[in-house]
Parts: sequence; structure tokens; C-alpha cells
Amino acid sequence: MTPFPFAAIVGQDEMKTAMILTAIDPKIGGVLVFGDRGTGKSTAVRALAALLPPIEAVKGCPVNSARLEDCPDWAQVTETETTSRPTPVVDLPLGVTEDRVTGALDIERALTRGEKAFEAGLLARANRGYLYIDEVNLLEDHIVDLLLDVAQSGENVVEREGMSIRHAARFVLVGSGNPEEGELRPQLLDRFGLSVEVTSPKEIDTRVEVIRRRDAYENDYDNFMAEWQPQDVALRARILDARAALAGVRSSNVALHDCASVCVALGSDGLRGELTLLRTARALAAFEGADEVTRAHIREAAPMALRHRLRRDPLDEAGTGARVARQLAEVLP
Amino acid sequence: MPEADPWEQVTLAITLLAIDPKGLRGLWLRGRAGPVRDRVLSGLGLLVPRKLHPFTSDEALLGGMDLSATLATGELHRHAGLLEHAGCLMLTMAERCPPGLAVRLGQALDSDPRLSLVALDEAAEDGEGLPNALADRLGLFLDLDGFAWSDTADMSISPSLITSAQARLRHIETGTALERLTRVAAELAISSLRAPLLALACARAHAAWRGGAEIEDQDLQVAVALVMAHKALAFPEDAPDQEDAPPPEPPQDQPDQSQNRDQSELDIPDEMLIEAARAALPPGLLAQLQAARVARQAASANSGAGAKRKSMRRGRPMPSRAGKPGSGARVDVIATLRQAAPWQKMRRAMMPGRAMDRLLLMPSDIRIKRYQEQTDRVLIFVVDASGSAALARLAEAKGAVELMLAEAYSSRDHVALVTFRGNKAELSLPPTRSLVQTKRRLAGLPGGGATPLTHALEVALATAEQARRHGMTPTLALLTDGRGNIALDGSANRVQAGEDASRLAKIIAARAIPALVIDTSLRPKPQLAELSAEMGATMIALPRADARSLSSTLSAALGG
Repeated sequence: MTPFPFAAIVGQDEMKTAMILTAIDPKIGGVLVFGDRGTGKSTAVRALAALLPPIEAVKGCPVNSARLEDCPDWAQVTETETTSRPTPVVDLPLGVTEDRVTGALDIERALTRGEKAFEAGLLARANRGYLYIDEVNLLEDHIVDLLLDVAQSGENVVEREGMSIRHAARFVLVGSGNPEEGELRPQLLDRFGLSVEVTSPKEIDTRVEVIRRRDAYENDYDNFMAEWQPQDVALRARILDARAALAGVRSSNVALHDCASVCVALGSDGLRGELTLLRTARALAAFEGADEVTRAHIREAAPMALRHRLRRDPLDEAGTGARVARQLAEVLP
Repeated sequence: MPEADPWEQVTLAITLLAIDPKGLRGLWLRGRAGPVRDRVLSGLGLLVPRKLHPFTSDEALLGGMDLSATLATGELHRHAGLLEHAGCLMLTMAERCPPGLAVRLGQALDSDPRLSLVALDEAAEDGEGLPNALADRLGLFLDLDGFAWSDTADMSISPSLITSAQARLRHIETGTALERLTRVAAELAISSLRAPLLALACARAHAAWRGGAEIEDQDLQVAVALVMAHKALAFPEDAPDQEDAPPPEPPQDQPDQSQNRDQSELDIPDEMLIEAARAALPPGLLAQLQAARVARQAASANSGAGAKRKSMRRGRPMPSRAGKPGSGARVDVIATLRQAAPWQKMRRAMMPGRAMDRLLLMPSDIRIKRYQEQTDRVLIFVVDASGSAALARLAEAKGAVELMLAEAYSSRDHVALVTFRGNKAELSLPPTRSLVQTKRRLAGLPGGGATPLTHALEVALATAEQARRHGMTPTLALLTDGRGNIALDGSANRVQAGEDASRLAKIIAARAIPALVIDTSLRPKPQLAELSAEMGATMIALPRADARSLSSTLSAALGG
């Protein structure tokens, strides 16, 4: 069954924008969605897969390499042709073992055929694609360490059981979770380009519409998909256009200055905030068909790009969203 | 709602689940194991559930290699996982379900419409319950508490009636049911949007069951009673009562409730359906579920600075030993080969048919790796908010706790908060890693009243024991001025209080629960030093401790 169409998600505009922007420019670096249960977090992530354009990869390559020379030698890829496959969106389940994430000695082959072979893990499958972690705040610390290391270097290195394996592992992290159930380490927070907070819609009519669509999806699947799939296709075309236009979007000195002053006012750590903010604003401009980043783009992009980067006292409970909004009003009138 | 026979309601729920497991997604069955529950389970026989338990391994869930068959034949054999079969799963001891498994099951339910789940929740203590990830997804809820054997009867559900109801299911007219259920969900402050959807499925199944062509009031009443009532956070009339229940997120709840108020003024609430929800709930159940929900929210993932325990997956390596792979254990290839090597010649003679150039392994050769890891530590703060403490140094005590919280944050500890004043102590916050919640509770802590030190020790001991049962390592931090004046039975008897406290302190020492006592009084008294000695605790006098010395003493005491 095809996942619920992205276009049919009611409301949650900030979350949808963030997903679209990260699809336009993967360099923005993924999305973190925090919010209550049953607000459509995982629905949106699964729907995102349908919006992503397919990638060209060498046939049979376990790490989706674009060219034959990029294929790791342990994979013993013999094909030379490339084929088009959907952008991988790989689930990283909670309670996953380290072996499953990084890959390990292929026990089955070792035991039955006496061969020493490498069984690729989730990181290999996620290369050039998206890695989705539901309930990311409940992820065990040692897996988080591992992800941080790989995300930093873009390479997965496995050194154990007499094997020395390395392969490219460049992926965009998408996470979702419920902040009431635990906190996320600042290092991991920083790895996400954008972060959005979702809540259940408050208006009865919106809620009714959400449920009506979900019910139609489950009980009247064919008609529902006939109505919404074309809209998903249109959105995907728009994303592709924006991707093409991205390189041509200009960012003036004023825009750069605006980005920097917002970040300075908020006291966000490092320069990653500025970079992400600029990239996000540029992707937004490309999506809206503008050829230059304006202050309006920056203003719209700032909350999602900066919300999770503020220096945070672990005991401070003030919402960071409010702080960003306040500073924005002052710095970018 | 008409006074229905409660047992009929139970039978009805099981019938509806049998009709539409796909729409209802499952059943949350609360109640201890016993003949009554067995009767309900026998009714579930139509669904032919397959069992899993909270520590079911990934391999059992998702499938994996069948080791004995593989080794016996020399060819790869796979066994299918529980989640690969369509149908109904039954999770026993669901209250012990770790978050990882809950999320997996939740994802499986989301992605595979053919699956449904019956969760058997045997919660015995406050703060235990079904993980929220599952509670949110399962449609039906039944509470078997209070059913006597004589109230019940054998469940006779006719398979042919079920089949004919299933045939009608697709043709039921929904009418305005959807709008009404959504509205009721909002009235009951249920924020998850899964609830109305599940209730709609329930109403539809009920309409099909009684042979109707469209959803009517009675169907909606049943749906609200079975699906929504237990998820309610508030009833329109008694919204102020919410103050009593521990609110999980006050800043967000407030607008929510005021919204509901506005709504109920604008539209007349669906009284009939709200009544149905109210009637479905035995008194006290909601508060209990709420407590479990909060505790579950507080619980979170593993690893920390606690004691060591053995593990198959991570930590410092230990010698490998015989065992079966799976359940996350890793095969130690070298040790396995070493074990198998001496027997090769003999085995070849015994198994002449096998290829000569291959190693012959037997399941008993397999060696698995073992590691030693650290478990979570939970810091239980026992904070004195009595009049004598409040007058002098409650603020300093709070400061000291915050200092320790910062310490806990850096070592990824869980924290729990026991406060005591007046005539009793209470667990204000079950073990959590959310420091924000702890801080919030602490800030709102009022002072005044007598000093029920003994009761505080009792609550702290119970919390520590419970944490230990959950695999965590508890440490107590007691902040008091030491003048306990309320005995365990609640009487204001200073002598009895002293004896009780000393007895409890000795129990704490005997259970080897590490403890730290911080004397917050202006002039430290010998009684508290004695108590601390009996507890085997490190003692610090706050008046003479500045932030830095407190912090270093703490690190020494806790760093262990």
C-alpha cells in the first residue's frame, strides 16, 4: 500500500515546509519533528519518500553508489550499468543492535560456507538517502555516538572480527519524537538542520478534516489516491524545479548580514546556524520561484533553522521557539 | 447510557474486535491473570492470537536464521518472524514492555493493516501501565478489576454471525458520526487524532453487528465507552479537578482546556456521548491511568552511570561462553572455531555424507560474546518541605538539588523526587530523565507543616526497590533538618517517629541502597548524624557547604 499522500496532510504547514525544503536541498541536513502523539509525524516522514526524485545507482551496489569506482571493493559489484531507484528512506528502529546499524560479519555465510563476508547494515542502505529515526529521543546512547561519528565523517568504518571495512555513508537524518519522554543530546540536536514542533490542531473543523481524509484513505483507498496522487506528483515536479533553480538564487550581502545578526542576537553556537539559515532561506526562495533571498524568506526560515541551536541551560524550561520569535521581531523588523 | 450488564459490555468488545481487527487495531486488557481473564482470552480464540512477551527478541519478531536446521543440513534455513504473519498478536505482561519494543510494535501496526494486538496489562503498582506508543494505537480498552467470577459467563461468540457482520461492514453509512466523534474527543481533551478514527471503526463494527445500515446513536455510545473514555483527560464539567492529577505539560494544557471551554459554550456538547464515556469509567480508574501515563512518559532509554550488569551487546568485553545467537547476542567466531576444531576428525567419521572441505559445526560449538555494561542510575531526591525546613532553608535545599540535577544531567542519570510535609510524603515525580519536569515540580513545591520523615523514608525505599526491579540502580539523596515528628501511623509522636525512622534507615542500609544525607538545619543535630550512620550514608551539613564543596562532595559520593 502506498503511504498516505503528502499533499493530503491537513495543516502542519511548518512541518511540511521543512520537509519540502530538505528535499530541495539535502545539504540543509534533515528535519527533527517534535510533538504530541497522533499528530501525523511519522505519516509525514513516510509520505516524504514519495516526493523525493529517484537516484541513479550502480546495479547491485549495497551502498547505492553513483559510479562503479565508488562501489566498495568488499561488495564485489560486477555490474557496470546504473539503474534508477527511489531515494532510500531507511528506518532506524529503537533497540537496534550496533551490528545492524554498521553492518557486521555475515554470520550466515560464515557458518554455512565458511566465507568471511560483510553484511551491509542500515547505514549502507541509507547512503545518499534519508535515515529516519522514530522516537529519536529514546535512542540508546551508544547508537547515538555511532551515528554522530558517521554523520560527521560521512564514512562508516567497521573494524572487528578480523574485518576492516569502510564505505560511504552520507545521509540526511530525519527524526521524530515526543519531548515529554526524554531529551535529546545537544550534539545530536545540532546534527539536524531544521527542527519543527507540531501540536494537534485545535479547531474542530480541521480535526474533522484530518480524520475524514484518514478514514477515506483506509476505507476508500482507490478514490482517495486518485484524488491526491496527482497533487503529490505536481509537488514533486515543483521540488525538482526548485532544485534546478537553487544554484541561480542570489543572496545579497544584506541577506548574509541579516542571517548573521539573527544568529548573533540569539547567541547560537558556531557557524552552522548561519549556514543552515542561509541554505534554508535560499531553498525557500527557490521553492517560491524568487531569484533572490529576501528578508521575508529569512524570517520564515529562522525559527525552524535556529530553534534547536540556542545555548540551553538544561534546567531552563522557557520554550526556545518563543525566544527566536522575539529576537526576530527585534533584529529583522 | 442505559445500565448495561458490565460483562455483556466485555463480550461486546471482544465481538467487535473479532469483526474488525483491522480498524480497531487491538485491545488493551487491564487485569491480573486469573479465571476471569482466562474467560476473556478464550473469547479471543476466534482471532487465534500468537503470543509475544516484553523481551521478545528482534529475531523472533522479524525473523532470522534457524541455527540448528542450518548447521544440521549445511544450508541456510530461515524462520519467519512474528510480525511477518498477518493476524492477531498477544503481548503478555505489557506493563513491562520496553520502549523499543513498543515503538516497533507501533510501527508494525501502522505499516501493516493486517496486524492487530491484544496487550495484557497486569499493572499492579502505581506508575505501571501500557507504553504510550501502544496505548495510543489500540482501539478498545477493558478493565477486568472488580469482576467477580459469578458476574461472568462463558463467552459464546458465533463465528457465522461474525462473518455476516464482516460482510456488512463495508456498506455501513457513516453519516455525521465522524464530526460527532471528533467533537467528543475534543470535549474529553484527547489530543491524539487516532482516537476518533478508532472510535469510528468501533461504531461501524457495532452497526454491522446489530445489522444496521448506518451508524446510529447507540453505536456511537458504545464507541465512546469502549474507545474514548479511558483516554479522556478531562470531562467538560469537572475541568478544574484536573488540578489534582499530575499535569504532564501544564503550559500546553492550559490553552487546550480553555479552548474546550469556549467550544462547549459555542456548541452544545454532545451530552449523551459524554455521559456514555463517564458511565464507562469506574471511579478512580482515570487517575490511575493518568499516573501510569506520566510515569511512562518519564521513563526513557537505557545506559548511564549505575551499577554493572552483564549484557550480550555492549560494554566491556568479558570471556565468551556457550549459548545461542539471537536475542541480540553476537557470535564469537574465533571462540566458536576453537571449540569446533578438535572434533572435526571425529565428526567427519560420523557424518560421511558431508563435503570434506567444510567445517562441521554443531549448535553446541557456538560461543557468544558477553559484555559488561553500566545500568541506569536513578537519583531519588527526598526533599523536606516541612515548616521547620521551609522557614530556614528550603530555598538553599532547592539550590542544592539543582546542583545535583546538573550533575545528574552530565552523567545521564534519571531523577525522581519525593517530597514530604504535613502528615505524609509523596512521590512527586517518578523516575525520569526530564530535568525540566523535575525543576518545575521543585519550583512549585510549597513549604509548611510537620515533618513526616519516616513516611518519606518509606516512600523513598519503595521507589528505590521499584527502580531496582526495573533494572536501574537507585541512590537516595535526603535533604532535611532531621526533626522528624510524625510516626509511620500518622500520629504526632516524636519518640515513635524517631524509632520508626531508625528502623527504616537500617532497612535501607541492609538493602545496600547508597544514600547521601544533607543536613539543611542551621545548627546540625546529632540525631540526623545517627540516622545517617544507620543508613550507611555520607552526610554533609549544608550550612557550611558552599556550592563548590557541595558539588565535589556529591561527585565523590555519587561518582562511586
